[in-house]
Amino acid sequence: MFYVDLAISGIVFGCMYALMAVGLTLVYGMLRILHIAHAAVFALGAYVTVLVANASGSILIGFIAALIATPLCGVAIYRLLYQPLLHYRPDVPMIASIGLLVLMQDGFRILFGEQGVTFLKNPLAIETVDIAGITLNLAQIAVLIVTIIIFLALHLFTTQTRIGVAWRATVSNPRIAASFGVDAIRVRYLNFAIGSALAGVAGGLIALLNNFVDPTIGYVVSYKALAIIVLGGLGSVRGTLIASLFLGVIESYGTIFIGSYLNRDAIAFLALILILMARPQGFTGARTA
Amino acid sequence: MSAYTISLLSIVGINVILAVSLNIISGFCGQISLGHGAFYGAGAYAAALVAIATRNLPLALIAGMLVGSVLGLIVGFASLRVRSDFLAVTTIGINFLFTGFVRKQGWLGAEMGISSIPASGLGASGNMIMIELFAAATIALSLYVNASWMGFAFRAVAEDEDAAATLAINGISYKLVAFALGTALAGLAGALYAYFTQFINVDAFDFITSVMLMAMVVIGGIGSTVGVAIAAIVLTLLPETFRFINEYRLLVFGGLLVLFISLAPGGLASLFHGTRTRLRR
Repeated sequence: MFYVDLAISGIVFGCMYALMAVGLTLVYGMLRILHIAHAAVFALGAYVTVLVANASGSILIGFIAALIATPLCGVAIYRLLYQPLLHYRPDVPMIASIGLLVLMQDGFRILFGEQGVTFLKNPLAIETVDIAGITLNLAQIAVLIVTIIIFLALHLFTTQTRIGVAWRATVSNPRIAASFGVDAIRVRYLNFAIGSALAGVAGGLIALLNNFVDPTIGYVVSYKALAIIVLGGLGSVRGTLIASLFLGVIESYGTIFIGSYLNRDAIAFLALILILMARPQGFTGARTA
Repeated sequence: MSAYTISLLSIVGINVILAVSLNIISGFCGQISLGHGAFYGAGAYAAALVAIATRNLPLALIAGMLVGSVLGLIVGFASLRVRSDFLAVTTIGINFLFTGFVRKQGWLGAEMGISSIPASGLGASGNMIMIELFAAATIALSLYVNASWMGFAFRAVAEDEDAAATLAINGISYKLVAFALGTALAGLAGALYAYFTQFINVDAFDFITSVMLMAMVVIGGIGSTVGVAIAAIVLTLLPETFRFINEYRLLVFGGLLVLFISLAPGGLASLFHGTRTRLRR
């Protein structure tokens, strides 16, 4: 059962990566910016969830607070940082984004302390259930269920509603979408709001899973999320989902089998480099951007 | 000169070599590399091992350059496969692969690093003068390359590879030359660093280092040798000047980076000449 357990913990991590990376890949599809500060939004979601849950005594209220705070933060980043830089080479907004990530992460460290914060009570991380001989804790199950619900909702939203279709059209080709009367500015705000909300939920979930948030949380996922969206073929939601689950499982097995030669991050990036050399456009990318 | 000034000037010189060499790859030839720290580190480790084995300064410096440029050539070949943002993320991967690999290698000192690297035999100030001479030589080389036919070819490849091909400029070989040259200089900087500190640890070559170097290039003005050298000097001295805010060093650095790019997206160089047009996409 050891190998099944590894696969499941890999898939749980993969779900987290997927929630985090979808916002990133959508921003790339729309603006051609590597939005590295997305990881700081993710960290914000984690901190807000823990702090509000502790203050209010309810984990649910913590998540709702994160769902309010992160979209506001994401939209503000677009409006104040990226919009004035849209006419410059893509590495200019990317460096600005890295600067913002460093600024926000260090801000969290100073505000909330070097040691990080934990939930006062987090029953989900402790209670476990057995399903067919596999032991899962409730937090892992929560991650799986929330991820499935969110991706189903996202699918319905982007296929069944008018604004959702406009959103998809803009991500795949901004110019043609605009010529069909799509308001690109409104779609961009929507994009940053929803992408940031998903990152916020991912942050809350990882806090739940680890029962712990510390100031380095954003750095670790930021580079991995970049690897994932590249692997997924930049701008493709389906590719990002596949790449997230793939990387989660690879890391999970990799740390067991080659963990004495390379650490977890190096394994993820080794997989990325090998796959990119074979398929330079990622898993699904038809577009080479 | 006090020991403090000497060590500060040495670090400034090393950072100038690193930033100017990254500018050859990313500025002149347009290949965005966010893994310069890996080549810097590879050079430092190679030089440290050779220095301990042979105690020969020129040999160690050459070893640093060689290992840096061999690794650079390998990544250069990768850059032929993937373009623009895919390349940027691949080079981030190279950096993590390097640090992740070294951390697990006992013969490279793993997490502890390599200590007891023999001194260069030039003394602290002699060492500093050697570093500054190499820094000056790097700037001169960069200016020379930029003014030469090769600089023209680099710019052509950076602007539009397909258009460059119609002028019979072979993008492949120029990209490889840019990577080999830039990473050889990074390896040299690593070797100088190994002699300067006599103790190396993989933390000095992590991704944050690569980001700092890229920040120097962007703030200096992508493609401008003088702007990048000035930015390297200023960004190295800045945290020292603001030592009283040491606790908030990263906060201030991040804030300045965001503010500077928002106010002058073309970098220092654009404040003096009209290079803004080149930066527009």
